[in-house]
This record gives sequence, C-alpha cells and structure tokens, in this order.
Amino acid sequence: MNTATETSLLKNIIASFNSTKSAEDILRQKAIELLEETGLPSAKSEEYKFTPITKILEKKINWTSTTPASSLSSINSFLIKDLAAYLVVLVNGKYSKELSKIGDLQNNLIITSFSEANASAKATIKSHLETVVKSEDSFALINNAFWQEGIFIQVLQNIIVEKPILVLHINDANQEQVISHTRLLVLLEKESQVSIIEKSESIGEQPCLHTFTEEIIVKESATFEYCKIQNDHGQIHQVSNTTILQATSSKVNTFTLTLDGKLIRNNLTIIIDGEQCESHFNGLYLLNGNTIADNHTVVDHQKPNSFSNELYKGIMDDNAKGVFNGKIYVRPNAQKTNAFQSNRNILMSESSTINTKPQLEIWADDVKCSHGCTTGQLDEEALFYLQARGIPHQSAKSMLLYAFALDVLASIKNENLKTYLDQLISERLHKNF
Amino acid sequence: MSKDNQVLEEFTSKEYEHGWNVNLEADEAPKGLSEDIVRFISAKKNEPTWLLDWRLKAFRLWEKMKEPTWANVHYSKINYQDIIYYSAPKQKKSLTGLDEVDPELIKTFEKLGISITEQKRLTGVAVDAVIDSVSVATTFKSTLGELGIIFCSFSEAVKEHPELIRKYLGSVVPITDNYFAALNSAVFSDGSFCYIPKGVRCPMELSTYFRINAANTGQFERTLIIADEGAYVSYLEGCTAPMRDENQLHAAVVELYAMKDAEIKYSTVQNWYPGDKNGKGGIYNFVTKRGLCFGDHSKISWTQVETGSAITWKYPSCILKGDYSMGEFYSVAVTNNYQQADTGTKMIHIGKNTKSRIVSKGISAGKSQNSYRGQVHIMKRASNARNFSQCDSLLMGDQCGAHTFPYIDVENQTARIEHEATTSKIGEDQIFYCLQRGIDEEAAVALIVNGYAKEVLNQLPMEFAVEAQKLLALTLEGSVG
Repeated sequence: MNTATETSLLKNIIASFNSTKSAEDILRQKAIELLEETGLPSAKSEEYKFTPITKILEKKINWTSTTPASSLSSINSFLIKDLAAYLVVLVNGKYSKELSKIGDLQNNLIITSFSEANASAKATIKSHLETVVKSEDSFALINNAFWQEGIFIQVLQNIIVEKPILVLHINDANQEQVISHTRLLVLLEKESQVSIIEKSESIGEQPCLHTFTEEIIVKESATFEYCKIQNDHGQIHQVSNTTILQATSSKVNTFTLTLDGKLIRNNLTIIIDGEQCESHFNGLYLLNGNTIADNHTVVDHQKPNSFSNELYKGIMDDNAKGVFNGKIYVRPNAQKTNAFQSNRNILMSESSTINTKPQLEIWADDVKCSHGCTTGQLDEEALFYLQARGIPHQSAKSMLLYAFALDVLASIKNENLKTYLDQLISERLHKNF
Repeated sequence: MSKDNQVLEEFTSKEYEHGWNVNLEADEAPKGLSEDIVRFISAKKNEPTWLLDWRLKAFRLWEKMKEPTWANVHYSKINYQDIIYYSAPKQKKSLTGLDEVDPELIKTFEKLGISITEQKRLTGVAVDAVIDSVSVATTFKSTLGELGIIFCSFSEAVKEHPELIRKYLGSVVPITDNYFAALNSAVFSDGSFCYIPKGVRCPMELSTYFRINAANTGQFERTLIIADEGAYVSYLEGCTAPMRDENQLHAAVVELYAMKDAEIKYSTVQNWYPGDKNGKGGIYNFVTKRGLCFGDHSKISWTQVETGSAITWKYPSCILKGDYSMGEFYSVAVTNNYQQADTGTKMIHIGKNTKSRIVSKGISAGKSQNSYRGQVHIMKRASNARNFSQCDSLLMGDQCGAHTFPYIDVENQTARIEHEATTSKIGEDQIFYCLQRGIDEEAAVALIVNGYAKEVLNQLPMEFAVEAQKLLALTLEGSVG
C-alpha cells in the first residue's frame, strides 16, 4: 500500500478536526491525538489485513465535515412491515424529529437524541459515554472525535419494554457525498428487557462513509436483543464498533444481517463481566457484486461460569469478498466457561473469496471451547435429488442456499421481525444467486 | 491437593535427563557476526566462490531485515553479536568407519541411548550424526550408495555434488523468506543432504541426530532432501542439547523437494533443553521447514513431536504445486513450566485436486503458553482442493494458556475446507476410572495423554514412536492436580 496516500487522508482528517472542533472538548481532542499516534490501518495491520479500507476511502471519500441536508420526505419503503415499534430516524447523521415516531413512551423508558436530552439524561450520557468502547480501532477513534449525533436509550429497573425500538439510519447521497458519524448508548438497568433493531439504508449514487459506535451496558439479570440490518443500496462504506458489556446473569442475543453496501466492517465485542451470563451472536452475510463484508467478533470471558455461542454464515457470489475473524478469549480465572463458535461459507463464483480466521485464546483449564469453520459448495447430490423431482436448477439452488442460511434466524423471538428477515433473505437468494 | 503438590514438586525438581557436557575440543570462530565471520565459515569449509557469494547476499539481506514480532512468544532480545557462529569438534580427516570416531563422541551417543553401533545392529537405521554443526559420521553410506542414494553431510555434498546443491539450495526456502532463514543462509555450518534417484524406494529410515554441545554456539544447520520421480524416503530427525543457563539459539532450515510421484516423510522428535523450572535458560528454536510438492501426485508428510526448547517457533509447511499432490502435518507440542511454543503449518494449494490434512495436538501444563498458528491458502487455480484441519488443545493446570490462530483463505469456489478446534482438560472422571482399576494417577495421565496424541504418534516410525511416548509421559509427569 502507498504510505503517502495514507498519511494524506490522515492529515485531511486531522486538519478538518482542527478547523471545526474546539480544543476544549477534551474527549474529542484526546481521540484525535490518539488517532494521530495510531494512524489508519494499512495492509500490514493484522486487524485489517484483508480489508484495504484506507486505500478505498482515500480513493472514494473527500474528507470534509459538512453534511448535506436531505430533502427526504417519505421513509415508508425502509420500514419493517407490520412491526409496531418506537421509531427513531437519523438522516445523514442527524436526528430527524419529523420522521421519528417515538410518541407515547412507556413509563420508565427513555429514548432521546443526545442533542435533545434533558438535564438528567445529559448527565447520565456524560457519565457513560466512551466507558465501554475500546480505543484500539482507528474508526472508533474517528467516531469519538467526530460524532455528530447520538441516541440514548435507558430502561429502568424491572421494566420490560413491550415494543421493539427501531433505529433507522438513512444516508441520502443523491446530491453529494455524505459522511456520518453516529452513536448509540443503551443502558439496561437490573432485570430490564428490551429489543433494539438498527437498520442502515442509503440512497443515491454519491459515495458515503458512516461510522457507528454502539455502547451497550447490560446490568444484572437484564435481557438484551439486538438486530442489525445492513441493506444499503447506495455507495456506502461503513465501519461499526459495537461493544456490549454484560453483568451477572444477563442474556444477550445479537443478529447481524449484511446484504448490501460497498464496504462493510463490523467490529462486535462482547465483554462478559459477570457469572452465569448467556450470549448468542449470529450473523449472515449474503454478498454479490463487488461488496466487501468484514465481520470481526470478540467474545471476552472475564468471569467464570458463562456460556457463549456464535454462528456466522456467508454466501459469496460475483466478485464479493467475505472476511470473518472470531476471537474467543477465556481469561485466567474464567473457569467453567463454555464457548462455541462456528463459521460456514459457500463460494458461488470463480472470483469470490473468503478469508476466515477463527481464533481461540484460552488461559483457563476447566473450560469447554470449540470452533469450527468450513468452506464449500452446494452438495451436488442434493441438487440432483431436487432436479430429479422436476425442480429447475435455479430454484433448487435457491432452496438449498435458503436452507443453509435459515438457521441463523432461530434465536430471533419477534415473529414480525423474523418474517421480515426471512423475506429479505429469500428474496435475495432468489433474485441474485 | 497436598499430595498433588508433592507429586508436582517431585516432577519439577527432576533434572533434565540429557544434561551433560562432553569435553570435545572445539574449533571455534570468534563471537559475533560480520561479513568476515561469513567469509571465515566459508573458508573453513573450503567452499566454492558461488556459495560464498550466496552466503554474503543472504547476510546483506539479513542486515536490512527486522526480527519478526508477530509470534505469540515473549523473550528478551537476542544479541546476535554475542553468539559463536561456528564451532566444530577438532576432527578433521574424513572417516570411513566408526572405529575412527573420537571415543568421547561415541560416549555422547551412548548417553543419548542411540549409540551408532547399536542403532546399526538393532534397527538398521542409517545415522548421520551432527554435533555442533559438523557432521562427523555417516553410517550405512555404502549400502545406500549401491542404490544410488546420496546421504551425506552438507559440506561433503558441496564438494562432491555441487551441481545438485547449486540447483536446489534455496529453491524451497529462498534467502529472502524470513529473518531466521536469511540468518541461516549466511552462517549455516553444516547439515544433511539427501538425494533419492528416480524410482528408488529408500530401504531404511534415514536419520540425523542434532546436538548442541559447546556453550554459546548457535546451531545453524541446513537440511536438503530431494526425492526424484517416483522415489520414496522416510527421514528422522532427533534433537537434544545439554543443560546451559544462557539461552542458545537454533535457527535451522529444512528444504524438501518432491518430484512427480515422489513421497517424502519427515519426522522430528525434539527434546532440547527447555530451561529450568523458573524459566531460566533453554533453547530458542526458530526453524524454517518447508516442502515443495513440485511434481504431480507427489506427497510430503511432516510429523513432529515437540517437547523441548524454551521457545519454539516453527511452521513446517507444504507448497502443493503439482496437480493431485498431497500435504500432511501431524504434530504434538507439549509445553511445561515456562516453555512457549508457537507452532503450526502452512498448506499452500496451487495445483488442481490437491489435498492437505492437518492434525495438531497441543498440551500445555505449568505456566507455559502453547499456540497453534496455521494457514490454509487455496489459490485461484487450485480447483477441487480439499483440506481437513483439526487442532485440539489440552490444558493442565490453571496458569497455562492455549491459543489457536488458524487463517483460512479461499480464492476458489470448488474448494472444500473443514477446520475444527477444541480445548479441554483431562476429565476427573477419566482419572477416577483409571484409579478404580488400580492404575495410579501418574500412569493414568500418561495413558490419557498418549491416547489423546495417538493419531499423531501413529504416524511416527516404530523406534521413534516408543521414544516419543516416553518423552510425553516424562514431560507431563505430575502436572495434573
């Protein structure tokens, strides 16, 4: 990689920071200083070895800090059918009061944008912001320095939120290039329960860059469900840093569906900081065209007696490139940990690739850990079986792919959401593969 | 628990069995590394100019390279100027029989339990013994000679078969490959060379024993094995080192070259001094091993049992270039006390219908760290490639660590890759079952570990399998609590 171009992008980022942000904002200032030190990932960076993100951004993105306004008026096509949910909408990284439908909030539930938060919410945000996210990733640092807006969700003790919360990000790049930096801060108090769906959509032909930072704190015995849908039709490049901190006896369920976009990088980190925790994290990436999708997950068992299970599946077609890296850490005193991980891939075309690295790092002896990973094609015999029964080749193929992909949905509880995801997947497989 | 501690104590206080130091008068180079030392080594060995040039080229490259830091091992920086790069036992004239060998040397082998005469008589193994860089005796040479097999020390091969050395030296591991390979290329002192001609099946197991003897000498040997069309050879390598406090560096290079339909089987049992129970001393083992399946239907198989060394940094790899070629890697790596091992393999699939199989068993005890690092790379034109990898880790004690870093890179849609890994400990119920049947705890652990590693041990030739099993039991004695 050309180091000269890298430094010029970094220079532009720092220059743009200095011209727009005041030095008094200590957190932002600290982030930009750290970024200056660490730099942007190069081809030699182990974490970005297979995803030449700096090179691509250098080519596509002209770094400025102005965000164009959007004239978007209808968002119906982006919503999830039949799903009654609290709706929070951000357009080009800005909270849109007109498009959001938070309406009558259930008692003891707070949903607010950072900018409109009242004094007490502001204080909570301040005391929790940047306490969970790790500052190792360059894009987490960029987000720390540049974030434009954030959404704060707090569920008080013993509260079960009945409706899911849908956070919809729209990047409207019809006129010009868009750069968005957004945050999500979720605080689940003891024994509370909530389900959050974060959906990213983009339109227009101009390039976009979106950095997401999600910090989620799950207190004792709370239950958290999280679904991320990445179905961007535009020229989006996105990096998200999602960090979930689990306390004793908490449960976490996450699902990441990646369908479209130019370049998608998801850093999902689950820190298990309590005993008797349970975490399931599933993911599915169905890629075609020139999409690059890179999922890096970390589950960090710091305390004993917890359980984690990870299942990521992917189908790559055309020139698509899939990257998967799953790390399981079991710290020295985290005895009796059960941690499982599985990554399965199908390559459909000659020029599609997959780079996978399932990684175990274990410092405790009384544990059960395993990982598995496969790469292959559709079973010729299964295909033949279906064709012999009069099913055309194309449909037989889609049926098998659909069957391969579907079990990642098992952990999703909301029926309407499940149906919607099911539909997205099946449409995708019938149309494009 | 107190009983267990006692057992543990007993075991850890056990001295390194092969820790003795034979007084062989050594012919040494001064400490340090420079162009002059490279020239000195080359001159000592009466090498032709092209080889000197090759060494110098490697040395100049090495000077510009940086020591790699990506491995999951920690050690204090090596001072490359504080090492003696050449040390030969004073024993210069060429030998025809064992009687001519220095009796001290014979004693060395007897202590190792592999006396050449005994080996000759009982096992029919041809031993090419290397002590501190110079190969002193090659047995069974005449028997092999009848079949056209060349099996000799590297320096001898340079003199007698320069055309082969010139053609194949560095063809599998080029001098630019990595830091330690470049260092080895510059200063390698001796090693083994083996050539199996067309269609010949080597009738016996070939074997080399490496032993680091003089203090402060790095051992930089180089092994080159070439199997011509349709040939077969099984090669054994065993290593020991006497006890020394300072860490000793070992940076070897092994190159295997398999032509069409040829098969090479390479087995290693490594039990170099691992350092004492406080992690002081021990060998730094930084080895580059690679095999090239050049011709169609060729096969290379690596088997290793690693129980020694303070630090192991070793990735025996296969480049599967020929169509239908096959690579195998079987490994047992045991670490105890403060040992660190970062080992694994690379399978590079280039040809069509290539197959590879990886079975890696890691066992960590005490305060040791054991890592598997591997890569399976399916290149674009490698259609119908197949790989199966299994890497299991066994943990004993709550202060050790087991790590797995497998890279799987697939660029061809017809590839079928499977990888699985597990981590576990010896179950209390398994131990209980054995105890009930009158097998004591020590024996139970040995039994279970041997069962765990059986898949790999089965790949070893008979004589080695017995030794390896003993080593496993010895290394792990008393480490289960």
